[in-house]
Amino acid sequence: MKIMVAVKRVVDYAVKIRIKPDKSGVETQNVKMSMNPFCEIALEEALKIKESGLAKEVIAVTMGPSNCVDTLRTGLAMGADRGIHVEAARDLVPLSVAKVLKKLVEVENPGLLILGKQAIDDDCNQTGQMIAALLGWPQGTFASKVVLDKEKQVATVDREVDGGLETLCLDLPAVITTDLRLNQPRYATLPNIMKAKSKPIKKYTPEELNVKIKSDLEVVQVTEPPKRKAGVILSSVDELIDKLKNEAHVI
Amino acid sequence: MEKWRATTNLRRSLKSILNRQLKFRYLNGKRSCQSSFNLIRDCKSLGQVNAIQHRCFSSASTLVQRNPSFSTLNSDDISYFKGLLGEKSVIQDEDRLETVNTDWMHKYKGSSKLLLLPRSTEEVAQILRYCNSRCLAVVPQGGNTGLVGGSVPVFDEVIVNVSSMNNIISFDKVSGILVCEAGCILENLISFLDNQGFIMPLDLGAKGSCQIGGNVSTNAGGLRLVRYGSLHGNVLGLEAVLANGDVLDMLGTLRKDNTGYDLKHLFIGSEGSLGIVTKVSILTPPKLSSVNIAFLACNDYSSCQKLLMEAKRKLGEILSAFEFLDTEAMNLVLHQLDGVRNPLPASMHNFYILIETTGSDESYNREKLEAFLLSSMEGGLISDGVLAQDINQASSFWRIREGVPEALMKAGAVYKYDLSLPVEKMYDLVDDMRIRLGDLATVVGYGHLGDGNLHLNVSAPEYDDKILEQIEPYVYEWTSKHRGSISAEHGLGLMKANKIYYSKSTETVQTMASIKKLLDPNGILNPYKVLPHSLNS
Repeated sequence: MKIMVAVKRVVDYAVKIRIKPDKSGVETQNVKMSMNPFCEIALEEALKIKESGLAKEVIAVTMGPSNCVDTLRTGLAMGADRGIHVEAARDLVPLSVAKVLKKLVEVENPGLLILGKQAIDDDCNQTGQMIAALLGWPQGTFASKVVLDKEKQVATVDREVDGGLETLCLDLPAVITTDLRLNQPRYATLPNIMKAKSKPIKKYTPEELNVKIKSDLEVVQVTEPPKRKAGVILSSVDELIDKLKNEAHVI
Repeated sequence: MEKWRATTNLRRSLKSILNRQLKFRYLNGKRSCQSSFNLIRDCKSLGQVNAIQHRCFSSASTLVQRNPSFSTLNSDDISYFKGLLGEKSVIQDEDRLETVNTDWMHKYKGSSKLLLLPRSTEEVAQILRYCNSRCLAVVPQGGNTGLVGGSVPVFDEVIVNVSSMNNIISFDKVSGILVCEAGCILENLISFLDNQGFIMPLDLGAKGSCQIGGNVSTNAGGLRLVRYGSLHGNVLGLEAVLANGDVLDMLGTLRKDNTGYDLKHLFIGSEGSLGIVTKVSILTPPKLSSVNIAFLACNDYSSCQKLLMEAKRKLGEILSAFEFLDTEAMNLVLHQLDGVRNPLPASMHNFYILIETTGSDESYNREKLEAFLLSSMEGGLISDGVLAQDINQASSFWRIREGVPEALMKAGAVYKYDLSLPVEKMYDLVDDMRIRLGDLATVVGYGHLGDGNLHLNVSAPEYDDKILEQIEPYVYEWTSKHRGSISAEHGLGLMKANKIYYSKSTETVQTMASIKKLLDPNGILNPYKVLPHSLNS
C-alpha cells in the first residue's frame, strides 16, 4: 500500500511574526520557514506505518513556488521515499489544494492519505475534509491514535473532539488528519539527509493535472490584534470601589 | 578544640543556627563540618527547598574571619537609608533576606540583615558614600546567579541589589549600540533587541535571571563567545560607582576612543570589588536570519578536536557555537529533566557535539553546513548526527546543553570547576578524575570546546570530604601545570579567592592588590572575595 502525505511550507512556529506595512499579509521575507508542525506529525505517522510493514511507500506532496522543495527535502530526510512538487503561485486556498490532491490520488492510488489537521499560517482546517468529500473517502480528523488492520483493510482512529475521544473505524482507502498528540516527529539524521539527496522529486503543474486554480477568497486586510493595555496598580480599596463605580461602571 | 562551644550553640534555636552556621565556623577557625552538615540536613524540614543540599564550607584553607574593622549596622544606619531610599527600598524582612543571602547553588549563605534596592546611580553613590564613611561592608548584587559565591554576603555585609535599575536608556538602530542600566535582565534585553533586529553578543543558560551589570562585572562568557568574542570587546562603555561614592562616567558609545587609560576594563571582570557598575553601553550584532544547528556524536575525544579544527576552517565565519558534552552529562540530563529526549537514541555515544551556525543566507548556509557534516561523517569524525529542521528542534538541542547545570543540581551534591585548558589536554583531566574518584562519585565533563573551556563537575548523592580531598588541590595543580586558568568564566568569588596563584604570578597579584587599595581603601566592596585573604590588612 502507498501512503501519500501532504506537507506545507509555513513560517516557523517559533518565529515572532510581523505584519507587512501595507497590511496585505504577514512578513515572510527573511523569516525562517519550515514544515508545518501538523504535517510533520502526519509524515511521522506515515513513516511509522511503513516501518511496521503495513505500507511499502511513503510519498510526500507539496504545492507552491520553487522554494517549497526545501520542505520536501526535509520530508525525504525524515524518511519519505519520494516527493511530488506541484508548482503554483503562492497562497493556494484549501479547495484548490484539495482539487490538486484529488488528481494526484488518481495518478498514484494510495491506500491512505494523511494530512496535518490545519496549517499554522491560515488555520483553515479544511483541506482534509474537502479532499475526503471530493474523493468520496471516509475521513478521520483530529487523529490522536491510528491503528491499521491490513486484512480487514480498516483504520481505527481515535479522534480528539470537544467532549473527549471518539473512536471511528474507517474502510480503506481513507483520509486522516493528524492532531498534536498523535506522535513525536523524528529528527532528520545525517545518513538520511545524505540519502535524501538522491531521492526523486517529480514536478507537476496544475495545467498538467487539469486543475484550474482560482480563489474565491480575497484577503482584504491583515491587522494585529489590539495591544493589551497595561494594568493600573491601585493603592486602596476605596480607590478600587471608586474606579469600579465611576470608570468601569460595573457597580 | 572548640567542640564544647559547638555543642553549646547546637542547643540554641535551629533557625539562628542555620544563619550562624558559617559565621560560627569562621569565628572559631575549626572545621566541624560533619556535625554542622548533619544539622543543616535536619534543617531541611524548616521549609527549605527539598532535595537540595545545604552545604557547609569547602576546604579549611578557605575559612575566613569577619574583618573586625567593618562596623555593624545600627538603627541610625537604617533610618538614614530609609530617608534616602524610601521605606520600600530598604528590606529587613527575614524571608526576603533569606533568598538574597543564599546563592543559586544553595552552597553559600550569608547573614546580612539589610537589603537595599536603589533606583538610580545617584542613590547608589549616596549609599556607598555613607557606607564608606561608616566602614560598612557592601555586597553588590544583581541576578544572584553566580557560581562561585561572589554575589552573596559572607557575614553581615549590606546587600546593594540593582534589580530596580532596569531601564533601557537608548538604542541606536544604525550602529546597534545599546545603553541600559545594570539591572536589566539579559533575557529581556534579548527580547527587546529581537524586535529591533539585533541580538546580545552573549548568551548563557542563566539568561532568565542574570542581569547585565553582573554579566559585565564577572566578564561572563557564555555560548556565543567563539563568534562574538568576550565582553571586553563588546562593552563600549560603562558607568561605575566607586567605594567612596564617586561616579565614574565612562559611558561612551564610541567604537574607537584612545584617550588615556581605558579604565572600564578594570571593572569588567573584577566581580564588584572595585566598583558597582550602574550603566552599560554595549555593541550588539545584527540578528541574522539563518540559524542552523546540528547535534552530533563522536566516538572519542580526538575526533572532537579534529571536528573543531575542521569546523573553524570549513564553516569559518558562520560558526556561532561549538559545545560538547560527554555521555555522563547526557545521561544526567535525560534522567533528571522533563521533556528532554535524546536526538540520537540509537545508542549511547561517548561524546556529543552541538554546532550552531548563524548567517544571512539560509540556503547557502544550510548547504555549507550539510556539506561539512557529510564530509565529516565520511571522514569518520562523526559517528552519527541530526540536523534541526525548525526552531523547536533547535531549542530542544539547546535545552540539552543548557540543562546540564540544572540536572547536576537536581542529582544531589555537585562540585563545580570551570577551567581553561589547552584543547588537546582537556579531556585527560576528566579521565584522570574518574580514575581518582572511582566509585565515590560521577565525573561529568562538558563545556565550550570552541573556547577551550571545560566545565568539570563531580556529582555525588551527598557532599563528602573524602570526595573533596580527591578533587582539590589536584584539579588546580593539574590546571596550573598546563598553564591553564582555574576559572575560565565563572570568576573567583569566594570559592577560589585563595586559589589565584595557580594561574597568576605573585607580582601580578600584588599589583592587583595595589589597585584594589587605591580604588577601595577601606575594602568595603565585596570583601573576602577575588583576591587572597592574606593580602587584606
